[in-house]
Amino acid sequence: MNVHGDLGALVGRSKVQRVEFVIEWALFLCALLSVGTTIGIIAVLAVETAAFLREVSVLEFLFGTEWTPLFAAPKFGVLPLVTGTALVSLIAMAVALPMGLLSAVYLSEYADPRVRRFVKPVLEVLAGIPTVVYGYFALLFVTPVLQELIPDLAGFNALGPGIVMGIMILPLVSSLSEDAMRGVPRGLREGSYALGATKMQTSLRVIVPAAFSGITAAFILAVSRAIGETMIVAIAAGQQPRLTWDPTVPIETMTTYIVQVSLGDTPQGTLEYRTIFAVGMLLFLGTFGLNVISAWLRERYREEYA
Amino acid sequence: MNRALTASLPGSADARHIRWRRLVDRGFQALALAVLLATLAALAALIADVWRDGAGRLSWDFVTSFPSRRASQAGIWHALTGSIFVLVLTAAIAVPIGVAAAIYLEEYGSRSRSARLIEINITNLAAVPSVIYGLLGLSLFVRMLALGRSVLAGAATLALLVLPIVILSTREALRAVPKSVREGSYALGATKWQTIWHQVLPVAFPGILTGLILALSRAIGETAPLITIGAVTFVTFAPDSIWSPFTVLPIQVFNWVSRPQPEFQANAAAGILVLLALLLTMNAAAIWLRDRYRRKDAA
Amino acid sequence: MSATPTVPPSLSEIAARRGPPPRTPGPCKIEADRLNFFYGEKRALEDISLQIRPNVVTAFIGPSGCGKSTFLRTLNRMNDIIAGTRVEGEVRIDQLNIYDPGVDVVALRRKVGMVFQKSNPFPKSIFENVAYGLRINGLTASKADLSARVEESLRQAALWDEVKDRLQDSALALSGGQQQRLCIARALAVRPDILLMDEPASALDPIATQRIEELVYDLKRRYTIVIVTHNMQQAARVSDYTAFFWLGRLVEYDRTDRIFTAPAEKLTEDYVTGRFG
Repeated sequence: MNVHGDLGALVGRSKVQRVEFVIEWALFLCALLSVGTTIGIIAVLAVETAAFLREVSVLEFLFGTEWTPLFAAPKFGVLPLVTGTALVSLIAMAVALPMGLLSAVYLSEYADPRVRRFVKPVLEVLAGIPTVVYGYFALLFVTPVLQELIPDLAGFNALGPGIVMGIMILPLVSSLSEDAMRGVPRGLREGSYALGATKMQTSLRVIVPAAFSGITAAFILAVSRAIGETMIVAIAAGQQPRLTWDPTVPIETMTTYIVQVSLGDTPQGTLEYRTIFAVGMLLFLGTFGLNVISAWLRERYREEYA
Repeated sequence: MNRALTASLPGSADARHIRWRRLVDRGFQALALAVLLATLAALAALIADVWRDGAGRLSWDFVTSFPSRRASQAGIWHALTGSIFVLVLTAAIAVPIGVAAAIYLEEYGSRSRSARLIEINITNLAAVPSVIYGLLGLSLFVRMLALGRSVLAGAATLALLVLPIVILSTREALRAVPKSVREGSYALGATKWQTIWHQVLPVAFPGILTGLILALSRAIGETAPLITIGAVTFVTFAPDSIWSPFTVLPIQVFNWVSRPQPEFQANAAAGILVLLALLLTMNAAAIWLRDRYRRKDAA
Repeated sequence: MSATPTVPPSLSEIAARRGPPPRTPGPCKIEADRLNFFYGEKRALEDISLQIRPNVVTAFIGPSGCGKSTFLRTLNRMNDIIAGTRVEGEVRIDQLNIYDPGVDVVALRRKVGMVFQKSNPFPKSIFENVAYGLRINGLTASKADLSARVEESLRQAALWDEVKDRLQDSALALSGGQQQRLCIARALAVRPDILLMDEPASALDPIATQRIEELVYDLKRRYTIVIVTHNMQQAARVSDYTAFFWLGRLVEYDRTDRIFTAPAEKLTEDYVTGRFG
């Protein structure tokens, strides 16, 4: 065995090591692309919003009550869009949060494995249906049914799409809440049962409070999802920006507005074109803020029970 | 036995209280069950409604015709081919980048500060509304890079949208590969990349594939971002190159739903049925693939 | 069993008594020179110095947690994979310090092969498992050459006759003992000088264990073998030299027959007679 020949082979930077270095950098750049996406979103929104705000004052934009940017005498108050979004989201949350939480409690504490095996795929299917389908359902089934109950209900309104959006978001609330509740240590449950509490008392008084930050994180994420939802409202809620809390009349949400303008032929660089970015910026800031809070809460919850 | 227990307790007030609590508990259970059933009923109603409205319109003609002003002659061929074209291109863009990013985060940078920041960033991106991706695509791909309202711009936008899904599911697949496989490879003198390419990726492959199908299932139903970048709603031809204008199935459905005539609404329902059928096929493929690879590993 | 003795001053006395490491006669294949190893702040190996001779079987024994596996893994720098580890001192193979910054770890691991406690065949075919090391290191020129090397390795590991008709079958279908012999064949395929074995038979039944021990005895003619084992009878059967570790330190290192019949240290005697451990 040639000792010195082997010695030589062991020392020195080889070509293979240089290739490895290049590969690692290429992979790193791909990972960095996701950061690039975020920067891109912020940059694009910021640039166009800044151009928009050079012609329209911030105060008029944020606090004005009429939104008619495509009219001959345009008004740029975004509040009608904001209330439209808020109204539909509130109705959706009124459906999704209690029902989602109840379903999570049932699945986590009561259901036997057979029921769970049947229900969970159903919830997954609900979550996977494209939103245009939900929009169709809202416009052509739910609204007519509601019109039987509420004769004054307009064909386009906030109630129908709100309810359908709630059904769409329910699986998200349910699965995230269930995860949070499953993270609660067995010891807490057993302690409660050992004291003679019923399942309902244990669930509502021990487990839900213990999983509180996790569940709140789920709720906030659901709100963020509702705010950002586009197609259900674009199909079923109407395109009439209106500053109102009345769920029976047509309204317009921030997301619908962006779609409405994109469907038209607005040329680039005009003020009308820039309005979709300004609205988009508002939408992004709102959902981003909510997502950050939700993530922070989830992190705190994980630390509690790590 | 319960009666015996309550009988032994000191006062009938306690017995009544326990019975009351048990009743409330049963009531609560019934309520929760009712909620679940209502949800199932909603899903059933949705499918039944769409089926009732649209099944009649389903036919081979419908699938292969182009849109027309006359509802009874309109078809989805342009939208279907547009959807498939965009999906394939989206996968071609998102998979290499997403898998590469996941490999970096999982195998190379797991503990560094920058990797942690990238992780947080990806989680945030996953929750950004899809219409915002449309705005990004409009500004960046359509206008700045001058790709126009093309299939390429649409696919690039959707690729950015589904990238977090690909990255997250690929990371999970990589994490599931046992450490012993990696150690065995290193002990033979393999470099990090050789280990990843020859040992880790092949084992993680089914998981990565499942993640891809998940991402595509999401992409096929996306409407808002594509409308925003300018996928036209009245297109009378199937896209023939990555530069051509296009439309996709959900946008065509949206177009038809927005028309007041019931015949167009029937078309919309039929279009929905085709879309759901495609989704069902993709998910079935994902489940089949996952089971097949699980059986192969166990062998 | 009597209580285990606590860390006594006698350990340092032992070290002081031993003085600088005595040079065993003959050429030295592997030499550790005042090796210290740290997991973060915690010191796992303290001042290890010994020389391992070529073409013999050297056994590392000691109770669990004594550092014998950690020391084994420093010999092929497998601990580099774990984050936060640090090495002080030197490990020399053929008089070259393998912790020198210029050393190519990949080439080192071809020269120093390793077999793990729990057999870890790749989820590939039997043939591909053995061929993997050859392929990635570019060691064969042709397909015929590759097949010949695979056969050679499988024969050396005493597995050829059992698998020659099913080389394309999955390696995971083999029994535990066969899988471990496959891992040995895989390690031998790249023609290392040294073979490190970390409790190779601890997960196997007695018959499979015996076959592995016979294999080790055959292999030492061509390779230098270091084997970690918690089974003292196995160490006595299989090895020529034995090193006894305790709490991260080398307590005694000598020819196997002396360690097991007339050890110099009381601690060693207590361990090999089963008084603790």
